[in-house]
Formats: sequence, C-alpha cells, structure tokens
Amino acid sequence: MSVDMITRDFGSAPAAFRGGAQESLGVPMMVLCGSYLGFGALVRESGLAIWHGLFSTLTSWALPGQVALVELYSVGAPLLVIASAVALTNARLLPMVMTLMPTIGGAHAPRWFYYAAAHVVAVTGWAAAMRVCPTLPNEQRLAYFAGFSGTLWIATLGATAIGFALADAVPAYVTLGLVFLNPIYFMLVFASDLRQRSRMLALVFGAVIGPPLYLWSPEWSLVVAGLAAGTLAYGISAARGARK
Amino acid sequence: MSEIMGAFWWPFAVILTGAAATYIWRALGVALSGRVSTDSRIFEWIACVAYALLAALIARMIIFPIGPLAETYLADRLGAAVGALAIYFLTRNNLLAGVSVGTVALVALTWSRTIL
Repeated sequence: MSVDMITRDFGSAPAAFRGGAQESLGVPMMVLCGSYLGFGALVRESGLAIWHGLFSTLTSWALPGQVALVELYSVGAPLLVIASAVALTNARLLPMVMTLMPTIGGAHAPRWFYYAAAHVVAVTGWAAAMRVCPTLPNEQRLAYFAGFSGTLWIATLGATAIGFALADAVPAYVTLGLVFLNPIYFMLVFASDLRQRSRMLALVFGAVIGPPLYLWSPEWSLVVAGLAAGTLAYGISAARGARK
Repeated sequence: MSEIMGAFWWPFAVILTGAAATYIWRALGVALSGRVSTDSRIFEWIACVAYALLAALIARMIIFPIGPLAETYLADRLGAAVGALAIYFLTRNNLLAGVSVGTVALVALTWSRTIL
C-alpha cells in the first residue's frame, strides 16, 4: 500500500460528495450504462417486466450476477441453483469491499454508513475510489465514494429502464445488438485481465467446459463449471508456483 | 412456490434471493475489513471460481444463446466476438470501441443475410 498523500481538498464532506458525483460522469459511466441498456433489453427478451429489471438493479447492483440470474431464470432453474450461481459470481465483492474500507474509512460516520456504502461497491467506483480517496482528507473520502458510486447506481437504473423500452421500440436487428452487449462487454473486461496465470486459466477452462456442460444440464452447468474449472485453474497455478 | 406466486411476483422473490446472495459478501467485507488479509489464498480461489463461472456464462451466451440471439447464426456471433476482441486490442483496451464494434458487427452481419 502506498503512503497517503493529501493533494486534493474539496473543503467539506458535502462538497466531496458533489465532487465525486461530478467525476463519475465520463467514459466509464457511458460504458457501464451501455451494459445496463443491454441488461434492460435482456430482461424484456426474457419475458420479465420492467419492474423486475429495476428491482434487480436497485437491490443487487452487480451486473454479472444479475445477468446470470435472468439467464438461469429463463431456463427454469430452481431457486437453490440460482442463489448458488449468484453467490459464486459475486463472492469477488468480498475482497473488493475489504480492500476499499480502509481507503474510505476515517470519517466520523456511523458504522451503518459503511454497510450502506458497501452496497454500491462495483468495479468502476471501486477503481476510482482506490485511486482518488488516498489523496483526500480523511473526512471527505467516504463522501467522495458515495457521491461517485451513488451517481453510477442511479444512472444504471435509468439505463435499465431505457434498455427495456428500447428493446421493443427499435427494429429487431437493433435489439439483437442490445442483447449481445453483455457477453461482449464481459468478454472484453476479462480479456484485459490476463496477466495473472490462475485467472487466465480459469477463464479458458470455464469457456471450454461451459457450453458442453450446458447441453448436459442447462440448470447446473454454471455452478459446476465455476467450481470445477475455477478449482482446477487455482490448483494448477498453485502447484506450479510451489514447484518454483 | 412459483405456481402460487404467479409470473409477476415470483421473479421478485427470485431477484430478492439473488440480492441477498450478493449483499452478504458486501456486509462480510465491511465486517472482516482490517481483520483478515486479502492476500490470502482463499481469495485467489474465489476469484478463479467467479472468473470460470462467468467465462462459462459468456461462452454459453455466444455459442448457445436463448431468446432473440438464438435466431442469429453462430458464425456471425463468433465473427462479431472476434472483431470486438481485435478492435479492443488494436485500440489499446478501448472498451467503448470494442463493445460498439462487436454489437454493430452482429447487427450488420445478421442484416446482410437478409439482403444477400
């Protein structure tokens, strides 16, 4: 961890909140909203109502899990399977929240503020906070993060609704593009993270066994592929690391 | 359960269960922060499982899609995916460019089959 260097000062926590909100507007927000347009379209094409999509974005706000849930719901997977797949997909939030908390801590805020802030932890806001918050005075950090990520959260609610509305309003060809957004988006996000061997192996193994497993069991394939391919990738890279 | 609650309320119950399965990790993260090191091996395993599960989902969505994508050609979907990857790397990891090219390519390829 780098030593904190206070190089910026918004003057007060409310000003830091507004500053964070302002700085969230940009390319990352556009990309995030684009993928939530795709989610909104996916919700409609899966036969669900707009309220389902909005409720999902409001209460979960972790797109990979939301997409997995809608896809599994569409193939009629039982609740236990859906819950396991979502839990396995989103377990990555645990280390993210753990590493973020010391970075946004230090404000004289009640404990529950941090439990509320944890709800809006997602990759975009997390990366910005990890970069910016150490440069701010202690009492402005939580406010900056809340302003930044809270704005993204509200924007994605709008994008979910717009995607849902668009899916029916535009020609069928364009709807195809909207629904195709999510797999392409996730594929590219992962393609930029291939430096760590264990994760690269996990991606390759998962992509290779995922489709055949789906033919074997549409319901269980994701959970089985995640556990089997992920554990195999972890095991291989751990064994190789130990031999060095 | 799904029969009793109907097609409108049952999805809310499913989504709420998914939300609980998501928030539990966030809450645990706050509770454990500062007490457990995030360098531990268990977190690397967690990351591997999440990556593998999502890779399986992405591959399945491209190879065996459900919904409207099921009516497009596999070759078009694969071509669009490869095009997106190529543009993404050529533009030095520009997500917006890669995603735009991938989606537009699928739309264009599918459309071109109707006029040829």
